[in-house]
Amino acid sequence: MTTRIPIVENILSANDRIADRNRVLLDEKGVYSINIMASPGAGKTSFILKTLEALKGRLKLGVIEGDLATSIDAEKAMAAGLPAVQINTGGGCHLDAVMLADALPALPLSDLDLVLVENVGNLVCPANFQIGTHLNVLIASIPEGDDKPYKYPGMYRGVQVLIINKTDLMPYVTFNMSYFIKGVEALNPDVTIFPVSCKSGEGMDAWADWLTEKVRAGNQG
Amino acid sequence: MHELSVTQSVLDIALANAGARKIKQVNLVIGQFSSIVDDSVQFYWDMITKGTPAQGSLLHFERIAGEMTCRRCGHVFHPTDETFDCPSCSSPLVKISKGEEFQVDSIDVE
Repeated sequence: MTTRIPIVENILSANDRIADRNRVLLDEKGVYSINIMASPGAGKTSFILKTLEALKGRLKLGVIEGDLATSIDAEKAMAAGLPAVQINTGGGCHLDAVMLADALPALPLSDLDLVLVENVGNLVCPANFQIGTHLNVLIASIPEGDDKPYKYPGMYRGVQVLIINKTDLMPYVTFNMSYFIKGVEALNPDVTIFPVSCKSGEGMDAWADWLTEKVRAGNQG
Repeated sequence: MHELSVTQSVLDIALANAGARKIKQVNLVIGQFSSIVDDSVQFYWDMITKGTPAQGSLLHFERIAGEMTCRRCGHVFHPTDETFDCPSCSSPLVKISKGEEFQVDSIDVE
């Protein structure tokens, strides 16, 4: 005889519980953290390096770099004088909470104000997997096209901040900003948007000031 | 491909709820906005359930279509890939009302 047992449990609940533990650890250490997601080539590493530059002297930073393989990005962060940890997912398409739990103790958390986590370059699933950071950030870039919110709703849905990068390319690329923003706001009406150019530096100050406020408020709270 | 870790999570939830009983079927509810490939999950399922009380069991996927509700006129509709505008009043002010489900709904045990 077959019996049906009702469960109704989110498939990712185990991951989410570990993510909660990561956030508790970060809160105990007074460290704010952000999870930076984007497709490959949207400019995650450039954006992180520009952010580090803009926050120099204001906040003490650490970096966690997620990639399928290689430690190129962590080396760039270390060259900029920062504590950095490389996570290689070995083919995995996203970071999950366990990976962050393993990486966090490798950073001198007691000495830091902010940890920037660079997720794997992928526009399908990383936003589904909470890792325990305080803020989820998505970088969209102008050359990717204005239809991406319609094609990858889960990513646009799962973030609190949207960076629109490579705005310097607007004159050269067909990109309907109002169509793009309309898709974003339908999915995520509360998202905070920063248009930036990592190349010219335009918009980076507004982002860095906003983030500094967030970190200071978070660390006091 | 994240289906292996997702499949492992499904198995963990099923085993935790089955006790020592043999699992015949696991019933999943997956919304359109959740990224998962059924065939891939089934492929991993057959591999990782070997030697467990879920060996030989079936996965049943109940798919929930994406649904949006217009915040201006209240019209409920299925969005297209090209636009999320309300087809009734053309407002872009809409919200997702269904399609984000990602659950183990129940298991059938012997």
